[in-house]
Amino acid sequence: MKKIKKIKIKVNGKFSTINENLSLFTLLNQLKIPLKKVAIELNHEIVDKKKLNNIKLRKDDKIEIVHFIGGG
Amino acid sequence: MSECAKAIKLSGADIVTVAVRRVNISDKKKPLLMDYIDPKKITYLPNTAGCFTSKEALRTLRLAREIGGWKLVKLEVLGDKKNLFPDMIETLRSTEVLTKEGFKVMVYCNDDPLMAKRLENVGASAIMPLAAPIGSGLGILNPTNIEIIRSQTKLPVIVDAGLGQASDATIAMELGCDGVLANTAIAKAKKPFLMSLAFKDAVIAGRQSYLAGRIEKTIYGSASSPTTGII
Repeated sequence: MKKIKKIKIKVNGKFSTINENLSLFTLLNQLKIPLKKVAIELNHEIVDKKKLNNIKLRKDDKIEIVHFIGGG
Repeated sequence: MSECAKAIKLSGADIVTVAVRRVNISDKKKPLLMDYIDPKKITYLPNTAGCFTSKEALRTLRLAREIGGWKLVKLEVLGDKKNLFPDMIETLRSTEVLTKEGFKVMVYCNDDPLMAKRLENVGASAIMPLAAPIGSGLGILNPTNIEIIRSQTKLPVIVDAGLGQASDATIAMELGCDGVLANTAIAKAKKPFLMSLAFKDAVIAGRQSYLAGRIEKTIYGSASSPTTGII
């Protein structure tokens, strides 16, 4: 059986090790992120939430998942 | 969070400013703001509090739009960490960019009527002059400027920052402003819920007073009782 390669990425400033070729959609699902209440940035670019499934994560990718908190 | 929701309800606020921050991915049980304050009932106003450059502000608001299609936003680009005054050059530039991208931008600004006019000229949707430094509680330091800003525009004018007590909100409304933005004055009051109610009444009183039209000021006394039939 072919061994799955692991890669290191950064999610909200913290390192995380994931399987290579994992889609962004799967990752967000694993993290139980409520997609309707967040915005996602991949390497400083906003990601269209409809296209999450098409995005395969690569080594050193930087992901930011943000939401609203109170504050003025 | 529930206290915050209660205070908002008591104050009768229509809009609540929200900030864009990282989701806590290690503690998924942490409650989300949307679970407490329904965006269908209260207008969420994403804002760029804490941004010191146009670049940061634009990034924040583009993300905010992505969260839920919000186009109405509050822009705040700070220039000085000590007094939290806005950097008006960066603010003006950002307003122009955001307006072109289709945002409706309510702009936190200093109380300079010329700058307020320039913001309007580049497409601002509302002018939000400060009363005093953010969180200072000093109240409206320059009512004349606020009045000038009010008189020169048809855009909504909302006094933002520096209010210390309910009567400051009344003064803002009596100057003809369309609303006030308050956080610290309520959140840090000894009894926040009571202060929420006080602000609600203060805003209503100020608005009614403005609409009723104040009397002319005079340095002389004038009797209010009839002078005929004096014994």
